[in-house]
Amino acid sequence: MPDTQSTRYTVAFAAAICVVCAALVAVSAVGLRERQETNQLLYRQKNVLLAAGLVKPDESLSDKELLAVFDRSIHVRLVDLRTGDLLPEDRMDARTYDQRKARADPAASHAVAANAAQIPRVPNYGVVYLVVDPAQRDRILQLVIPVDGVGMWGTLYGFLAIERDTTTISGLTYYDQKETPGLGGEAGSPRWQGLWRGRKAYDENWEPRIVVIKGPAGPPSQDPHRVDGLSGATITSNAITRMMQFWLGKEGYGPFLKKFREGA
Amino acid sequence: MTSPATAVLGKAQRATLLTPVVTNNPIGVQVLGICSALAVTTRVDKAVVMGIGVTIVTAFANLAVSMVRNYTPSSIRIIVQLAIIASLVIMVDQFLKAYLFELSLELSVFVGLIITNCIVMGRAEGFAMQNPPWISFLDGIGNGLGYAIVLLLVALARELLGAGKILGVVVLPVTTDGGWYVPNGLMLLAPSGLFLIALLVWLLRIWKPELQEED
Repeated sequence: MPDTQSTRYTVAFAAAICVVCAALVAVSAVGLRERQETNQLLYRQKNVLLAAGLVKPDESLSDKELLAVFDRSIHVRLVDLRTGDLLPEDRMDARTYDQRKARADPAASHAVAANAAQIPRVPNYGVVYLVVDPAQRDRILQLVIPVDGVGMWGTLYGFLAIERDTTTISGLTYYDQKETPGLGGEAGSPRWQGLWRGRKAYDENWEPRIVVIKGPAGPPSQDPHRVDGLSGATITSNAITRMMQFWLGKEGYGPFLKKFREGA
Repeated sequence: MTSPATAVLGKAQRATLLTPVVTNNPIGVQVLGICSALAVTTRVDKAVVMGIGVTIVTAFANLAVSMVRNYTPSSIRIIVQLAIIASLVIMVDQFLKAYLFELSLELSVFVGLIITNCIVMGRAEGFAMQNPPWISFLDGIGNGLGYAIVLLLVALARELLGAGKILGVVVLPVTTDGGWYVPNGLMLLAPSGLFLIALLVWLLRIWKPELQEED
């Protein structure tokens, strides 16, 4: 038995423990990474379906069923956010395109003018999920666009589903947010998200108009541009208003939606 | 012949495993691990996963700490324990992200905080440093289960009274969905956990008067 109190032994022991612990952590992280990434992708796809109303919030589907619904009803495409044109499908694989990564890459993104949503850069290409008729895949029923913006504690990531008229909102989900549970965190609740259904994103001049107000809003037919505020979460509510205005605006998906509207 | 100290599951081993579940409960009696008990008890499924996570970490941390206890220089023993615990916690978190993804989205923050759960360090320093591996492992399981049981009881009360559900199944139909039960919103916030745990600490001492501390 060596002298366990000597400095040399202490240092050697500490080093050995570190190596063993590091090896165990590395093995588990690397070994499980593939499964984790699959989970994340699947969860995003599930949220696209939730936004489009193709899956109900309390419905429990296996991964396979979920993927089957996604493959049947969703056509993933890329949009050049600078021009609003759909990118030819052979240019880039939209299903493996990572919009968050592209945004951090100076070569794949561009800076935008100062805006209320505090979004500094936008990727050159944005994903759009075309919700198509399973029987007739060139018939587009809805458009789902990713929306994100900085809230109270972190960035909220979600999906906004819009009808063919490019203004009637058919659904909203947030799949990644760190807002205060019970207050701003209610942005993630299906109940509040349901309030968006049937409201109008744009006004008659096609300016983004949808806004989260303080207090309750009327029914969509009478009060189409306003959504109930999140009680006790002014910062989160305002953040959601700003991110909607940004992503529906000319730096976001505005040009694409305009071309779609005029072409369709 | 097996001596009491080396039996696989003799009397001493059973006692080590079972006393922390009730009579020496880490939350109810040792008053350790309160912080996470407040945070993860709003829903039963979260409490169950957290309970299992803490049990696994406490058991394996105790096992590992006990295995190296005779080789650990006393001057760095706390850091060694922390390194072992932290590694185990990361592994549990990675595992959750791979196999229970949607639950891990809500639990990840708290799973990371298992590192600071006083029960884990408390048992490593207080038990595993003086005892052989197997009995330390059992002590870890016992303390983890003791923690899990309290979490489960508190979560049952909070989910039932706060959301009218148990494990997501409607038990008391709430008014917002057309039922008759007006949910108690306080039950979904941390302070209610404090009240419920205090209630449990009190009830435990009525049931087992020998646990009552002298003033």
